[in-house]
Amino acid sequence: MEERKELKVNAIENGTVIDHIPTQSVFQVIHMLSLNVCDNQILFGTNLDSQKYGKKGIIKVSNRFFDPRDANKIALVAPTATIIEIRNYKVTKKKNVLIPDSVDEFVKCVNPNCITNHEDVVTHFTVIDKKDVKLQCRYCEKTTAKDNFTFK
Amino acid sequence: MKNRSLVSISDYTIEEQIKILELAAEFEKNPRQKILENHVVASLFFEPSTRTRLSFESAAAQLSAKIVGFSEASSSSVSKGETLKDTILTVSNYSDIIVMRHPREGSAKYADEVAPVPIINAGDGAHQHPTQTLLDMYSIMKTQGKLDNLNIAFVGDLKYGRTVHSLVMALCQFNTTFHLVSPTELKLPSYVKQHIKDNNHTYHQYTEMNEVIPLVDILYMTRIQKERFADPIEYERVKDAYILRLSMLADARDNMKVLHPLPRVNEIDKDVDDSPQAYYFQQAKNGVFVRMALLASILGVV
Ligand SMILES: [Zn+2]
Repeated sequence: MEERKELKVNAIENGTVIDHIPTQSVFQVIHMLSLNVCDNQILFGTNLDSQKYGKKGIIKVSNRFFDPRDANKIALVAPTATIIEIRNYKVTKKKNVLIPDSVDEFVKCVNPNCITNHEDVVTHFTVIDKKDVKLQCRYCEKTTAKDNFTFK
Repeated sequence: MKNRSLVSISDYTIEEQIKILELAAEFEKNPRQKILENHVVASLFFEPSTRTRLSFESAAAQLSAKIVGFSEASSSSVSKGETLKDTILTVSNYSDIIVMRHPREGSAKYADEVAPVPIINAGDGAHQHPTQTLLDMYSIMKTQGKLDNLNIAFVGDLKYGRTVHSLVMALCQFNTTFHLVSPTELKLPSYVKQHIKDNNHTYHQYTEMNEVIPLVDILYMTRIQKERFADPIEYERVKDAYILRLSMLADARDNMKVLHPLPRVNEIDKDVDDSPQAYYFQQAKNGVFVRMALLASILGVV
Protein backbone atom coordinates (compact mmCIF):
# COMPACT_ATOMS: atom_id res chain seq x y z
CA MET A 1 0.00 0.00 0.00
CA GLU A 2 2.61 2.49 1.15
CA GLU A 3 4.66 1.74 -1.99
CA ARG A 4 1.82 2.74 -4.27
CA LYS A 5 1.08 6.02 -2.50
CA GLU A 6 4.75 6.98 -2.73
CA LEU A 7 4.30 6.83 -6.47
CA LYS A 8 1.81 9.67 -6.40
CA VAL A 9 4.87 11.84 -6.64
CA ASN A 10 7.44 10.39 -8.94
CA ALA A 11 10.28 8.23 -7.77
CA ILE A 12 13.74 9.73 -8.10
CA GLU A 13 16.93 8.18 -9.31
CA ASN A 14 19.36 9.88 -6.95
CA GLY A 15 18.66 12.30 -4.17
CA THR A 16 16.81 12.74 -0.92
CA VAL A 17 13.21 12.15 0.06
CA ILE A 18 12.00 13.96 3.15
CA ASP A 19 8.96 12.00 4.23
CA HIS A 20 6.40 12.25 7.03
CA ILE A 21 6.51 16.04 7.20
CA PRO A 22 3.47 17.49 9.00
CA THR A 23 1.52 18.68 6.00
CA GLN A 24 1.37 22.32 7.16
CA SER A 25 5.17 22.44 7.53
CA VAL A 26 6.13 21.53 3.97
CA PHE A 27 6.67 25.10 2.82
CA GLN A 28 8.62 25.93 5.97
CA VAL A 29 10.95 23.00 5.29
CA ILE A 30 11.40 24.12 1.69
CA HIS A 31 12.33 27.56 2.93
CA MET A 32 14.63 26.31 5.71
CA LEU A 33 16.67 24.26 3.30
CA SER A 34 16.61 27.08 0.72
CA LEU A 35 15.03 24.69 -1.79
CA ASN A 36 13.03 27.60 -3.18
CA VAL A 37 16.24 29.06 -4.58
CA CYS A 38 18.20 25.97 -5.66
CA ASP A 39 18.61 24.51 -9.15
CA ASN A 40 17.84 20.89 -8.31
CA GLN A 41 14.68 19.23 -9.52
CA ILE A 42 12.20 19.22 -6.67
CA LEU A 43 8.86 17.51 -6.26
CA PHE A 44 6.67 18.02 -3.29
CA GLY A 45 3.27 17.00 -2.06
CA THR A 46 0.97 18.02 0.73
CA ASN A 47 -2.15 16.43 2.24
CA LEU A 48 -1.07 12.95 1.22
CA ASP A 49 -2.55 10.04 3.12
CA SER A 50 -0.39 8.57 5.81
CA GLN A 51 -1.14 5.47 7.83
CA LYS A 52 0.75 6.82 10.80
CA TYR A 53 -0.18 10.52 10.82
CA GLY A 54 -3.40 10.89 8.82
CA LYS A 55 -2.10 13.55 6.45
CA LYS A 56 1.50 14.15 5.58
CA GLY A 57 3.74 16.09 3.31
CA ILE A 58 6.69 14.90 1.29
CA ILE A 59 9.58 16.56 -0.54
CA LYS A 60 11.85 14.90 -3.07
CA VAL A 61 15.08 16.60 -4.09
CA SER A 62 17.05 15.16 -6.97
CA ASN A 63 20.83 14.89 -6.82
CA ARG A 64 21.14 16.43 -3.42
CA PHE A 65 22.13 14.94 -0.05
CA PHE A 66 21.88 16.94 3.15
CA ASP A 67 24.51 17.00 5.84
CA PRO A 68 23.13 16.02 9.26
CA ARG A 69 23.29 19.63 10.50
CA ASP A 70 20.93 20.79 7.76
CA ALA A 71 18.76 17.75 8.15
CA ASN A 72 18.35 18.36 11.85
CA LYS A 73 17.16 21.92 11.20
CA ILE A 74 14.05 20.29 9.80
CA ALA A 75 13.35 18.72 13.18
CA LEU A 76 12.44 22.15 14.54
CA VAL A 77 9.28 22.31 12.42
CA ALA A 78 8.91 18.67 11.39
CA PRO A 79 10.02 16.45 14.28
CA THR A 80 8.33 13.41 12.67
CA ALA A 81 10.22 13.74 9.38
CA THR A 82 12.26 10.90 7.94
CA ILE A 83 15.23 11.50 5.67
CA ILE A 84 15.59 8.88 2.96
CA GLU A 85 18.60 8.85 0.69
CA ILE A 86 18.16 7.27 -2.70
CA ARG A 87 20.91 6.08 -4.96
CA ASN A 88 20.11 4.44 -8.24
CA TYR A 89 16.40 4.16 -7.29
CA LYS A 90 17.34 2.22 -4.13
CA VAL A 91 17.01 3.41 -0.55
CA THR A 92 20.56 3.58 0.77
CA LYS A 93 19.89 5.35 4.06
CA LYS A 94 16.86 6.13 6.14
CA LYS A 95 16.81 7.99 9.40
CA ASN A 96 14.68 10.17 11.63
CA VAL A 97 15.58 13.79 12.22
CA LEU A 98 16.92 14.80 15.64
CA ILE A 99 16.32 18.08 17.39
CA PRO A 100 19.77 19.68 17.69
CA ASP A 101 21.33 21.08 20.89
CA SER A 102 21.90 24.46 19.29
CA VAL A 103 20.50 26.37 16.36
CA ASP A 104 22.49 28.96 14.49
CA GLU A 105 21.73 31.52 11.85
CA PHE A 106 18.40 30.67 10.30
CA VAL A 107 15.81 31.29 13.04
CA LYS A 108 14.94 34.87 14.05
CA CYS A 109 14.77 35.91 17.71
CA VAL A 110 11.20 36.57 18.82
CA ASN A 111 12.24 39.65 20.82
CA PRO A 112 11.67 42.73 18.62
CA ASN A 113 14.19 44.67 20.71
CA CYS A 114 16.92 42.03 20.38
CA ILE A 115 20.17 43.28 18.85
CA THR A 116 19.96 40.48 16.25
CA ASN A 117 16.85 42.12 14.80
CA HIS A 118 18.53 45.51 14.44
CA GLU A 119 22.10 44.82 13.35
CA ASP A 120 23.56 42.32 10.95
CA VAL A 121 24.17 39.72 13.67
CA VAL A 122 24.05 35.96 13.11
CA THR A 123 21.60 34.43 15.60
CA HIS A 124 22.66 31.69 18.00
CA PHE A 125 20.24 29.74 20.16
CA THR A 126 20.50 26.98 22.73
CA VAL A 127 17.68 24.45 22.57
CA ILE A 128 16.42 24.55 26.17
CA ASP A 129 13.39 22.32 25.63
CA LYS A 130 13.50 19.59 23.02
CA LYS A 131 9.99 18.36 23.66
CA ASP A 132 8.18 21.65 23.09
CA VAL A 133 11.07 23.03 21.00
CA LYS A 134 12.10 26.19 22.82
CA LEU A 135 15.17 28.17 21.84
CA GLN A 136 17.04 30.62 24.07
CA CYS A 137 18.79 33.53 22.34
CA ARG A 138 22.48 33.84 23.16
CA TYR A 139 22.20 37.63 23.12
CA CYS A 140 18.97 38.78 24.77
CA GLU A 141 18.31 35.40 26.50
CA LYS A 142 14.63 35.51 25.54
CA THR A 143 12.95 32.25 24.61
CA THR A 144 11.59 31.70 21.12
CA ALA A 145 9.00 28.91 21.01
CA LYS A 146 8.03 26.78 18.05
CA ASP A 147 4.85 28.72 17.34
CA ASN A 148 6.84 31.92 16.97
CA PHE A 149 9.47 30.62 14.57
CA THR A 150 10.22 32.89 11.68
CA PHE A 151 13.17 32.26 9.46
CA LYS A 152 15.86 34.64 8.34
CA MET B 1 39.14 39.40 36.68
CA LYS B 2 41.75 40.96 34.45
CA ASN B 3 40.39 41.51 30.93
CA ARG B 4 37.10 39.84 31.83
CA SER B 5 34.04 41.60 30.46
CA LEU B 6 30.98 42.11 32.64
CA VAL B 7 27.92 41.62 30.46
CA SER B 8 25.71 39.85 32.98
CA ILE B 9 26.13 39.42 36.74
CA SER B 10 26.37 35.66 36.19
CA ASP B 11 29.62 36.18 34.23
CA TYR B 12 31.31 36.44 37.63
CA THR B 13 31.26 33.71 40.25
CA ILE B 14 29.93 34.49 43.70
CA GLU B 15 33.52 34.69 44.98
CA GLU B 16 34.39 37.18 42.25
CA GLN B 17 31.31 39.27 43.05
CA ILE B 18 32.30 39.37 46.73
CA LYS B 19 35.84 40.33 45.75
CA ILE B 20 34.47 43.32 43.81
CA LEU B 21 32.38 44.35 46.82
CA GLU B 22 35.38 44.09 49.14
CA LEU B 23 37.48 46.10 46.75
CA ALA B 24 34.71 48.71 46.53
CA ALA B 25 34.93 49.06 50.32
CA GLU B 26 38.67 49.77 49.96
CA PHE B 27 37.99 52.45 47.37
CA GLU B 28 35.36 53.99 49.60
CA LYS B 29 38.02 54.47 52.28
CA ASN B 30 40.51 55.86 49.79
CA PRO B 31 38.78 56.95 46.57
CA ARG B 32 41.43 59.21 45.00
CA GLN B 33 44.19 57.05 43.60
CA LYS B 34 46.19 57.58 40.43
CA ILE B 35 46.15 53.91 39.50
CA LEU B 36 44.51 54.33 36.07
CA GLU B 37 46.73 57.21 34.98
CA ASN B 38 47.94 55.28 31.96
CA HIS B 39 44.54 54.01 30.88
CA VAL B 40 41.82 55.24 28.57
CA VAL B 41 38.20 54.37 29.37
CA ALA B 42 35.65 54.64 26.54
CA SER B 43 32.19 55.60 27.68
CA LEU B 44 29.72 54.83 24.88
CA PHE B 45 26.16 55.82 25.70
CA PHE B 46 24.01 54.95 22.68
CA GLU B 47 21.07 56.20 24.71
CA PRO B 48 21.26 58.89 27.35
CA SER B 49 21.49 57.83 30.98
CA THR B 50 23.10 60.75 32.71
CA ARG B 51 23.09 59.19 36.16
CA THR B 52 24.85 55.97 35.15
CA ARG B 53 27.24 57.76 32.81
CA LEU B 54 28.34 60.30 35.41
CA SER B 55 28.83 57.55 37.98
CA PHE B 56 31.13 55.62 35.64
CA GLU B 57 32.97 58.71 34.47
CA SER B 58 33.43 59.90 38.03
CA ALA B 59 34.80 56.48 39.00
CA ALA B 60 37.24 56.60 36.09
CA ALA B 61 38.21 60.23 36.76
CA GLN B 62 38.86 59.66 40.48
CA LEU B 63 41.34 56.96 39.51
CA SER B 64 42.95 59.37 36.98
CA ALA B 65 41.90 57.54 33.83
CA LYS B 66 41.35 59.46 30.59
CA ILE B 67 37.79 59.25 29.30
CA VAL B 68 36.65 59.29 25.67
CA GLY B 69 33.18 58.65 24.27
CA PHE B 70 29.73 60.06 23.66
CA SER B 71 26.61 60.57 25.73
CA GLU B 72 23.98 59.88 23.09
CA ALA B 73 23.90 58.22 19.70
CA SER B 74 22.93 61.39 17.84
CA SER B 75 26.27 63.02 18.63
CA SER B 76 28.26 60.16 17.16
CA SER B 77 28.87 58.34 13.88
CA VAL B 78 26.02 56.01 14.89
CA SER B 79 23.60 58.66 13.68
CA LYS B 80 25.26 58.34 10.26
CA GLY B 81 24.31 54.67 10.17
CA GLU B 82 27.53 53.07 11.40
CA THR B 83 27.00 49.51 12.63
CA LEU B 84 27.55 48.66 16.28
CA LYS B 85 30.37 46.33 15.25
CA ASP B 86 32.22 49.10 13.41
CA THR B 87 31.78 51.55 16.29
CA ILE B 88 33.07 49.00 18.80
CA LEU B 89 36.04 48.01 16.64
CA THR B 90 36.96 51.64 16.04
CA VAL B 91 36.67 52.67 19.67
CA SER B 92 38.69 49.61 20.70
CA ASN B 93 41.62 51.21 18.88
CA TYR B 94 41.42 54.23 21.16
CA SER B 95 40.74 52.68 24.56
CA ASP B 96 41.60 49.93 27.03
CA ILE B 97 38.06 49.19 28.13
CA ILE B 98 34.57 50.09 26.90
CA VAL B 99 31.66 51.02 29.15
CA MET B 100 28.55 50.70 27.02
CA ARG B 101 24.89 51.59 27.36
CA HIS B 102 22.66 50.57 24.45
CA PRO B 103 18.87 50.39 23.96
CA ARG B 104 18.89 46.93 22.32
CA GLU B 105 18.81 43.75 24.36
CA GLY B 106 21.82 41.53 23.90
CA SER B 107 23.91 44.38 22.46
CA ALA B 108 26.49 44.09 25.24
CA LYS B 109 27.04 40.38 24.60
CA TYR B 110 27.43 41.07 20.90
CA ALA B 111 29.83 43.97 21.54
CA ASP B 112 31.86 41.66 23.77
CA GLU B 113 32.13 39.12 20.95
CA VAL B 114 33.50 41.64 18.48
CA ALA B 115 35.62 43.82 20.78
CA PRO B 116 39.29 43.05 21.42
CA VAL B 117 39.03 45.03 24.69
CA PRO B 118 36.82 44.17 27.70
CA ILE B 119 33.27 45.52 27.88
CA ILE B 120 31.30 46.64 30.93
CA ASN B 121 27.57 46.54 30.29
CA ALA B 122 26.01 49.73 31.62
CA GLY B 123 22.55 48.56 30.60
CA ASP B 124 21.32 46.84 27.42
CA GLY B 125 17.64 47.59 27.00
CA ALA B 126 15.49 45.74 29.51
CA HIS B 127 18.03 42.92 29.66
CA GLN B 128 20.91 43.41 32.11
CA HIS B 129 22.46 46.17 34.18
CA PRO B 130 25.00 44.27 36.30
CA THR B 131 26.70 47.27 37.89
CA GLN B 132 23.34 48.32 39.37
CA THR B 133 23.01 44.84 40.88
CA LEU B 134 26.52 45.02 42.33
CA LEU B 135 25.95 48.44 43.86
CA ASP B 136 22.68 47.21 45.38
CA MET B 137 24.53 44.22 46.85
CA TYR B 138 27.24 46.53 48.13
CA SER B 139 24.63 48.76 49.79
CA ILE B 140 23.03 45.76 51.47
CA MET B 141 26.36 44.36 52.63
CA LYS B 142 27.51 47.71 53.91
CA THR B 143 24.37 48.51 55.90
CA GLN B 144 23.73 44.99 57.21
CA GLY B 145 27.31 43.79 57.56
CA LYS B 146 26.43 40.63 55.63
CA LEU B 147 24.49 39.28 52.66
CA ASP B 148 23.29 36.10 54.32
CA ASN B 149 20.20 35.51 56.44
CA LEU B 150 18.38 38.70 55.54
CA ASN B 151 14.73 39.56 55.05
CA ILE B 152 14.43 41.69 51.95
CA ALA B 153 11.25 43.35 50.68
CA PHE B 154 10.73 44.53 47.12
CA VAL B 155 7.91 47.01 46.65
CA GLY B 156 6.16 48.32 43.52
CA ASP B 157 6.49 47.16 39.92
CA LEU B 158 8.03 43.72 40.31
CA LYS B 159 6.90 42.56 36.88
CA TYR B 160 8.79 44.84 34.51
CA GLY B 161 11.63 46.00 36.75
CA ARG B 162 14.92 44.66 35.38
CA THR B 163 16.66 45.98 38.49
CA VAL B 164 14.45 43.89 40.75
CA HIS B 165 14.80 40.68 38.71
CA SER B 166 18.59 40.89 38.61
CA LEU B 167 18.89 41.68 42.30
CA VAL B 168 16.51 38.87 43.31
CA MET B 169 18.51 36.42 41.19
CA ALA B 170 21.79 37.65 42.71
CA LEU B 171 20.42 37.42 46.26
CA CYS B 172 19.41 33.81 45.59
CA GLN B 173 23.13 33.07 45.95
CA PHE B 174 22.70 33.89 49.64
CA ASN B 175 20.25 32.79 52.27
CA THR B 176 17.49 35.33 51.71
CA THR B 177 13.80 35.51 52.61
CA PHE B 178 11.95 37.55 50.02
CA HIS B 179 8.89 39.70 50.71
CA LEU B 180 7.26 40.73 47.45
CA VAL B 181 4.83 43.64 47.62
CA SER B 182 3.06 44.63 44.40
CA PRO B 183 -0.32 45.18 42.77
CA THR B 184 -1.72 41.92 41.41
CA GLU B 185 -0.98 43.03 37.83
CA LEU B 186 2.67 43.68 38.59
CA LYS B 187 3.73 40.56 40.48
CA LEU B 188 7.21 39.13 40.11
CA PRO B 189 7.36 36.92 36.96
CA SER B 190 7.05 33.21 37.61
CA TYR B 191 10.51 32.37 36.23
CA VAL B 192 12.09 34.59 38.88
CA LYS B 193 9.94 33.04 41.61
CA GLN B 194 10.91 29.61 40.31
CA HIS B 195 14.56 30.65 40.64
CA ILE B 196 13.91 31.50 44.31
CA LYS B 197 12.33 28.07 44.88
CA ASP B 198 15.08 26.26 42.96
CA ASN B 199 17.57 27.76 45.39
CA ASN B 200 15.49 26.64 48.40
CA HIS B 201 14.61 30.12 49.56
CA THR B 202 11.20 31.37 50.66
CA TYR B 203 9.10 34.20 49.31
CA HIS B 204 5.89 35.78 50.53
CA GLN B 205 3.62 37.88 48.35
CA TYR B 206 1.61 40.88 49.53
CA THR B 207 -0.48 43.63 48.05
CA GLU B 208 0.14 45.98 50.98
CA MET B 209 3.35 47.34 52.36
CA ASN B 210 2.42 48.05 56.00
CA GLU B 211 2.64 44.57 57.47
CA VAL B 212 5.99 43.96 55.78
CA ILE B 213 7.89 46.95 57.13
CA PRO B 214 8.54 45.59 60.68
CA LEU B 215 9.70 42.24 59.26
CA VAL B 216 12.53 43.29 57.00
CA ASP B 217 16.15 44.42 56.94
CA ILE B 218 15.92 46.05 53.50
CA LEU B 219 12.93 47.77 51.90
CA TYR B 220 13.69 48.07 48.18
CA MET B 221 11.28 50.55 46.62
CA THR B 222 10.57 50.88 42.89
CA ARG B 223 8.44 53.15 40.78
CA ILE B 224 5.06 52.11 39.44
CA GLN B 225 4.44 53.52 35.98
CA LYS B 226 0.94 54.34 34.87
CA GLU B 227 1.53 52.92 31.39
CA ARG B 228 2.06 49.44 32.84
CA PHE B 229 -1.65 49.18 33.65
CA ALA B 230 -4.13 48.04 31.04
CA ASP B 231 -6.83 49.88 32.97
CA PRO B 232 -5.94 53.45 34.07
CA ILE B 233 -8.68 53.33 36.73
CA GLU B 234 -6.88 50.41 38.32
CA TYR B 235 -3.70 52.50 38.45
CA GLU B 236 -5.51 55.35 40.17
CA ARG B 237 -6.97 52.88 42.65
CA VAL B 238 -3.67 51.27 43.71
CA LYS B 239 -1.02 53.95 43.24
CA ASP B 240 -1.19 55.47 46.72
CA ALA B 241 -0.79 52.09 48.39
CA TYR B 242 2.82 51.95 47.20
CA ILE B 243 4.00 55.30 48.49
CA LEU B 244 6.29 55.14 51.51
CA ARG B 245 5.64 57.80 54.15
CA LEU B 246 7.63 58.62 57.27
CA SER B 247 4.82 57.54 59.64
CA MET B 248 4.96 54.02 58.18
CA LEU B 249 8.52 53.56 59.44
CA ALA B 250 7.55 53.80 63.15
CA ASP B 251 7.81 50.03 63.67
CA ALA B 252 10.77 49.46 61.39
CA ARG B 253 13.83 47.61 62.70
CA ASP B 254 16.79 49.76 63.74
CA ASN B 255 18.99 48.24 61.08
CA MET B 256 16.35 48.58 58.35
CA LYS B 257 17.33 50.63 55.27
CA VAL B 258 15.22 51.92 52.41
CA LEU B 259 16.80 51.48 48.98
CA HIS B 260 15.66 52.78 45.58
CA PRO B 261 17.47 52.63 42.21
CA LEU B 262 16.53 56.31 41.52
CA PRO B 263 15.23 58.43 40.00
CA ARG B 264 12.17 58.42 42.20
CA VAL B 265 8.97 60.22 41.35
CA ASN B 266 6.68 60.18 44.37
CA GLU B 267 6.94 56.62 45.68
CA ILE B 268 9.09 57.73 48.60
CA ASP B 269 7.69 60.79 50.34
CA LYS B 270 10.39 63.43 50.79
CA ASP B 271 9.82 63.38 54.59
CA VAL B 272 11.47 59.95 54.57
CA ASP B 273 14.74 61.50 53.32
CA ASP B 274 15.82 62.65 56.77
CA SER B 275 14.93 59.40 58.54
CA PRO B 276 17.71 57.05 59.69
CA GLN B 277 16.26 54.44 57.33
CA ALA B 278 16.75 56.49 54.15
CA TYR B 279 19.73 55.15 52.25
CA TYR B 280 18.97 55.75 48.56
CA PHE B 281 21.31 58.70 48.02
CA GLN B 282 24.18 56.88 49.70
CA GLN B 283 23.23 53.88 47.54
CA ALA B 284 23.80 55.97 44.41
CA LYS B 285 27.14 57.13 45.79
CA ASN B 286 28.12 53.50 46.41
CA GLY B 287 27.78 52.97 42.66
CA VAL B 288 30.94 55.00 42.12
CA PHE B 289 33.01 52.77 44.44
CA VAL B 290 31.70 49.59 42.85
CA ARG B 291 32.52 50.95 39.38
CA MET B 292 36.02 51.91 40.56
CA ALA B 293 36.48 48.34 41.78
CA LEU B 294 35.33 46.96 38.42
CA LEU B 295 37.50 49.26 36.29
CA ALA B 296 40.57 48.57 38.43
CA SER B 297 40.00 44.79 38.49
CA ILE B 298 39.29 44.41 34.79
CA LEU B 299 42.20 46.66 33.82
CA GLY B 300 44.37 44.51 36.08
CA VAL B 301 45.84 47.25 38.28
CA VAL B 302 44.76 45.77 41.62
ZN1 LIG C 1 17.45 37.70 21.09
